[in-house]
Amino acid sequence: MTPEGPAAERRYEPVIGLEIHVQLRTRTKMFCGCALSFGEEPNTRTCPICLGHPGTLPAVNAEAVHFGLMIALALECDLAERSVFHRKNYFYPDLPKGYQISQYDVPLARNGVLGDVRIHRVHLEEDAAKLVHAGSSGRLHGAEASVVDFNRGGTPLVEIVTEPDIRSAAEAAEWGRLLRATLRATGVSDVNMEEGSLRVDANVSIRPAGESTYGTKAELKNMNSFRFLERGIEAELARQEAIVRDGAEVEQETLHFDPQTGALTPLRSKEYAHDYRYFPEPDLVPVAPTEEMVSRARGALPELPAARAGRLEADRGLPPETARLLAFRAELGDYYEAALAADGDVDPRALASWVTNDLQARLGDGEDPARSSVEPAALARLVAMVGERRISQSAAKEVLDVLAAEGGDPEAIASERSLEMAGGDEIAQVVERALEQNADAVEQVRAGNQKAIGAIVGAVMRETKGRADGGEVQRLIRERIEA
Amino acid sequence: MSELLELSGARAADAVRAGEVSPAELFAAYRERARADELNAFLWVADGEPAEPRPDAPLAGVPLAVKDLFCVEGVPSMAASRILEGYRPPYTATAVRRLTAAGAPVLGKTNMDEFAMGSSNENSGFGPVRNPWDRERVPGGSSGGSAAAVAAGLAPWAIGTDTGGSIRQPASLCGIVGLKPTYGAVSRYGMIAFASSLDQCGPLTRDVTDAALLLRHMVGRDHCDSTSLDFPEPIELPTADRLDGVRFGVPPELTGEGVEPGVRQVFDAAVATVEELGGGIEEVELPHSPHGISAYYVLAPAEASSNLARYDGVRFGPREGDGDLLSIYEETRARGFGDEVKRRIMLGTYALSSGYYEAYYGRAQRVRTKIAEDFARAFERVDLILTPTSPTVAFRLGERTGDPLAMYLSDYCTVPMPLAGIPAISLPGGLSEGLPVGIQLAGPAFSENRILAAAYALEQAIGFEGRPFDDP
Amino acid sequence: MSSELSSILDHIEKIEELDLQDVPPTSHVVQVENVLREDDSRPSLPRERALEQAPDVADGGFRVPSPGT
Repeated sequence: MTPEGPAAERRYEPVIGLEIHVQLRTRTKMFCGCALSFGEEPNTRTCPICLGHPGTLPAVNAEAVHFGLMIALALECDLAERSVFHRKNYFYPDLPKGYQISQYDVPLARNGVLGDVRIHRVHLEEDAAKLVHAGSSGRLHGAEASVVDFNRGGTPLVEIVTEPDIRSAAEAAEWGRLLRATLRATGVSDVNMEEGSLRVDANVSIRPAGESTYGTKAELKNMNSFRFLERGIEAELARQEAIVRDGAEVEQETLHFDPQTGALTPLRSKEYAHDYRYFPEPDLVPVAPTEEMVSRARGALPELPAARAGRLEADRGLPPETARLLAFRAELGDYYEAALAADGDVDPRALASWVTNDLQARLGDGEDPARSSVEPAALARLVAMVGERRISQSAAKEVLDVLAAEGGDPEAIASERSLEMAGGDEIAQVVERALEQNADAVEQVRAGNQKAIGAIVGAVMRETKGRADGGEVQRLIRERIEA
Repeated sequence: MSELLELSGARAADAVRAGEVSPAELFAAYRERARADELNAFLWVADGEPAEPRPDAPLAGVPLAVKDLFCVEGVPSMAASRILEGYRPPYTATAVRRLTAAGAPVLGKTNMDEFAMGSSNENSGFGPVRNPWDRERVPGGSSGGSAAAVAAGLAPWAIGTDTGGSIRQPASLCGIVGLKPTYGAVSRYGMIAFASSLDQCGPLTRDVTDAALLLRHMVGRDHCDSTSLDFPEPIELPTADRLDGVRFGVPPELTGEGVEPGVRQVFDAAVATVEELGGGIEEVELPHSPHGISAYYVLAPAEASSNLARYDGVRFGPREGDGDLLSIYEETRARGFGDEVKRRIMLGTYALSSGYYEAYYGRAQRVRTKIAEDFARAFERVDLILTPTSPTVAFRLGERTGDPLAMYLSDYCTVPMPLAGIPAISLPGGLSEGLPVGIQLAGPAFSENRILAAAYALEQAIGFEGRPFDDP
Repeated sequence: MSSELSSILDHIEKIEELDLQDVPPTSHVVQVENVLREDDSRPSLPRERALEQAPDVADGGFRVPSPGT
């Protein structure tokens, strides 16, 4: 079915899928007993197996399987009854055996969902080694040289592939953060994009809006933050749209996005052939998750973000958006619940609003509130003080500024800086003075001009330096005027 | 001493325990013979002094020749290939470790077809091995060096590997005993891989008792090999000299036209001997076995093409080429691999490639299923299957090197068993025109004790004088 | 080489004659599952041993011409 109108005028919609590699926090590698490496000297975490020496054989790490099952269950996937390892064959210096042991047509799990995005598959595989550009060793036969460090080679990976359900760059980043929060909650990985324990590639294509066919996709690789992911996808969408509107065709390619320049450059194909000649790994036997393995994995899962959001909405009465925000960014949610637990008098909804708006605004970008100077108990007390009308909203914000800068106790800060709400007597006196000094305004109000009351309220607020509650002041003034 | 060197491994162990000879003396005597080897059976002979065996060591210090396919720490282990020239592994194969722990020190590494690919030991990167029965003839392959060494008395016993017949066929051509165990019975860790789902390690020995003794100390699950299994019962040293009640099946597909007359005569005599010993003989069909060669020569090269991808001049072995990375891969492999290895890598790559996988690899795996089913059905009616090991006796050097297909086709009696993963033994049945003829017995998985018992009884009855002119 | 490969392929292609529909492929003759290794670390090789067989060593690693050059 051909869409109406020329290419240049049609509306296009993005079709985005993500491919994520998660490094697991096991003690040892996927197929050998070498301890995982964290910045050790090169080639000090290797053995004949992960170096691919002749005659060596892989042996599957039980904990990696357990973590893989945890991820699969966290993503609500169907587990394969018997999943099989396959060899993916190609030549590259970071691949010591000349093949990667991975999974092909019978992966560990399929058909899951997280948030609004469906999961296509989850499988286990081993990481490649690291190729480092040779520094002091200079050149080799007059050409560039690289040096291979096999420490990382063999680290257990879980690969997660989504369906192309994502419809915008922003959605990709937001969903990516949800995935990261979910994985972080399980504890199976550090999921740190900068360190490489979480790697996200995006498959991006566009199609005429409303169509169900798929356009040619380009693959964006190795963006090391969700912000860069979003910008990279935006850039690629723009690039594809420009091509298509010109009447040309998008070519399938692999691209690298440079966040400094905003440029998308094609990556040379890593392998010398694209035919991986997959066949079942003869040195390994299938993984058939037993009831015991599955229930152990399920039992090891903590409350996951989606469930947490539901609970916050139901038990704390939070609006859905706020509940999601607190659940999907685990640090915020943890902080919120700690604050809630610290002070039984605070209103959960008010506290949630203070956490997601006022506190967040005073934190660095993506900063963990637990690392700030604002103790959860302190914030809870502050919000409770507002709720008890012992301090005005605006005064409380000033207190929060102080807490954010230097920590402390909100009661003490409010007292030291005289920010507490003014008492009834004090306010009555200030109101009397204001009425005297603003006789004209009083006349106008009596004459029916309600707005004139603002001047009198303002005068009271100025004199009390905001320590009075604006609504209360207005009420008092009206009472006096009408009395 | 020379009478001691006539003894089987088990008898030599007895002699050591009886104080007739010390392990060090025995080792020195064999080492001298190995060093004087004119058959090119050895690629390396041990130079140091072997460790003194424990007093209760079952193998009592009787030295063992080890096929060059096994990694032995610090010792050249090259799979007889130039691409691994100079390679000394940082670890030792489990099978070798178990045997040395049982008291059998490594005497030397034996020559073989490169990466176990061949049936004549003419594909070695270090020259062919000669058959001690006639030096103008091949010893068989790929474990030709191990077979020749044992047959010529250069070693009391040896281990080799069998993927399509590489223990049994050289045992047959050299007039000794060779056993391929059930797939998974012996750990493959440290065996340089050729075809992972077919390769097995096994003994090459002067008699059936020695094969049983070595097997006993090799079997058992190894945590380094996920495909290895525990043997359900201990391996027994056979004693029975009758075959009463044992039913033997003779498959027409493997005992028909292709078998040359002299071999047929020896085989028919063996059949008659079985009956004399009280065994039953009947015909059983293995209808898919004629397709064994086709399936094998798809599956084995396919797995080999992947297993041999690691030989790239980066981490070990010589490196050739001084251009870009691709030229290093290409030069190293072009110069390091022999023609047969290259042929099989190409075949295997083709069979796995996109668009051809189902037609070749996929189909070959299904043929494999049918072959296994054929055996399963046969073993409902008989206990063991009886065939000649090889359709011919040892052929001349150079006779078949120009026709690889002809070389492949001669494996048709031995190839079906590894495809089904079942064990099989070859023992000498007699001579044809002065050259040995092997008789093969195969049984269901884990039937090694029954196979060894039957082979022993046959061996006693046949009384093969299994020594060629043994001046090395 | 190529004529030998051709004749080998011709022979191998005989398996196309068989009716193999509904026959499951055998990828493992060993019928076991879940052979898993405990996640306990074992000593790695000292770096010198890891590198000692290599044809070209630099900066504590295995040197190669850079791919893509």
